[in-house]
Amino acid sequence: MIELQTSAKIHGEAITSLPQDLYIPPDALEVYLEAFEGPLDLLLYLIRKHNLDILDIPMADLTSQYMEYVDKMRQVNLELAADYLLMSAVLIEIKSRMLLPEPADIESEDDPRAELVRRLMEYESIKLAAERLDAMPQVGQEILVAQAYYRQIVEIQLPQVELDELIAAWKGVLERVSHFSHHKISRAELSVREHMSQILRRLKQDKLVEFSALFDVENDGISKLVVCFLAILELAREGLLRMTQQAASSPIYLQIV
Amino acid sequence: MQAELNNIHEMKRVLEAALLTSPEPLALDELLKLFAGRMERATLRMLLDELKSDWQERTLELMQVASGWRFQARAEYAPFLARLSPEKQQRYSRAAMETLAIIAYRQPVTRGDIENIRGVTVNPNIIRQLQERDWIDVVGQRDVPGRPSLYATTKHFLDDLNLRSLAELPPMENFEQSDFMQQEIPTDL
Repeated sequence: MIELQTSAKIHGEAITSLPQDLYIPPDALEVYLEAFEGPLDLLLYLIRKHNLDILDIPMADLTSQYMEYVDKMRQVNLELAADYLLMSAVLIEIKSRMLLPEPADIESEDDPRAELVRRLMEYESIKLAAERLDAMPQVGQEILVAQAYYRQIVEIQLPQVELDELIAAWKGVLERVSHFSHHKISRAELSVREHMSQILRRLKQDKLVEFSALFDVENDGISKLVVCFLAILELAREGLLRMTQQAASSPIYLQIV
Repeated sequence: MQAELNNIHEMKRVLEAALLTSPEPLALDELLKLFAGRMERATLRMLLDELKSDWQERTLELMQVASGWRFQARAEYAPFLARLSPEKQQRYSRAAMETLAIIAYRQPVTRGDIENIRGVTVNPNIIRQLQERDWIDVVGQRDVPGRPSLYATTKHFLDDLNLRSLAELPPMENFEQSDFMQQEIPTDL
């Protein structure tokens, strides 16, 4: 893209005598067209090139030069030519209005070229402004922004915990664990009923069993121990065993009724 | 762990560290955050000015652009630094630059306004190109049939050109107006 425009500009310089029947090969014309940014640009070029007074544009000369150019152009690029054709119409209109004799009774009629002059001037100042903008230093080209390396360490803000909250949380856990254990009991079929049967079998065999001997503390989980305890209580409640204790804190013995 | 600063020297160093490590220019409001509400805007401005002069003799300079403050290499080093990155962003086409100039100087403008001034239809790719660069954006619609979008330049555009505001753009020359206007020409036809 940049290459193309650079060469177009070179062509632009090379074909200064275009209006005088300079032949441009069709494929070269396309490149050449790139050099102009539209009909206003071309007009400005012609005016500047021939040192024409923009206030007193010789409309006949300018229009014929312009038309010659447009004729070549429309063979190649119709879409582009449309903008240029519109300008041809404007030029011809201005030219014809200037040829008309000025009616004496109409005072100070506007110069038919005035609007064209206004547009040319506006375009030229934008063109200049664009060139200046382009010449300004830009970030990434002439301006290099400093950026020191900085490894962003995100400091993890640990939430603050009060002791009460910790305790409450722990209680919650315990509660859930107990629910969970309960489920585990049913799933593992550690039913109280089953334990009741096991204990009865043991008591039938051993006649007299010390309370703590019924609990295999080392191998059974808490849930199983609890179930075991519940089974003992249930057996006692149903009157299927009897618990005896000689004195407070002395061993408790179980036996079948 | 709350960082507290007791003297101006330390405050300037904090500013310096923040500005040097920021990928984008830092606005005053951003810089104020560094001091957790313990800094007046006026003081901050003063500190920035001091910091700027502290760096006067260094290779980097503290600049204020549209979005805030940033450090950048002094212009004289650009040609050397350029050798490190041969693949530069390409300049825009003339059509793109003229479109940008119209948006910059005449904003907000519609596509139609741009076409009127340039005398050719606007290539949509140019508008898209400038929007992708975040140099222009749509700031509204003109209240006429079709409700055409109004384009304006962004802060980022000013940042990239080292400008604090549009007022710092080179003044628009009414090109050789004296040459053109040797006689009274009505301009409001």
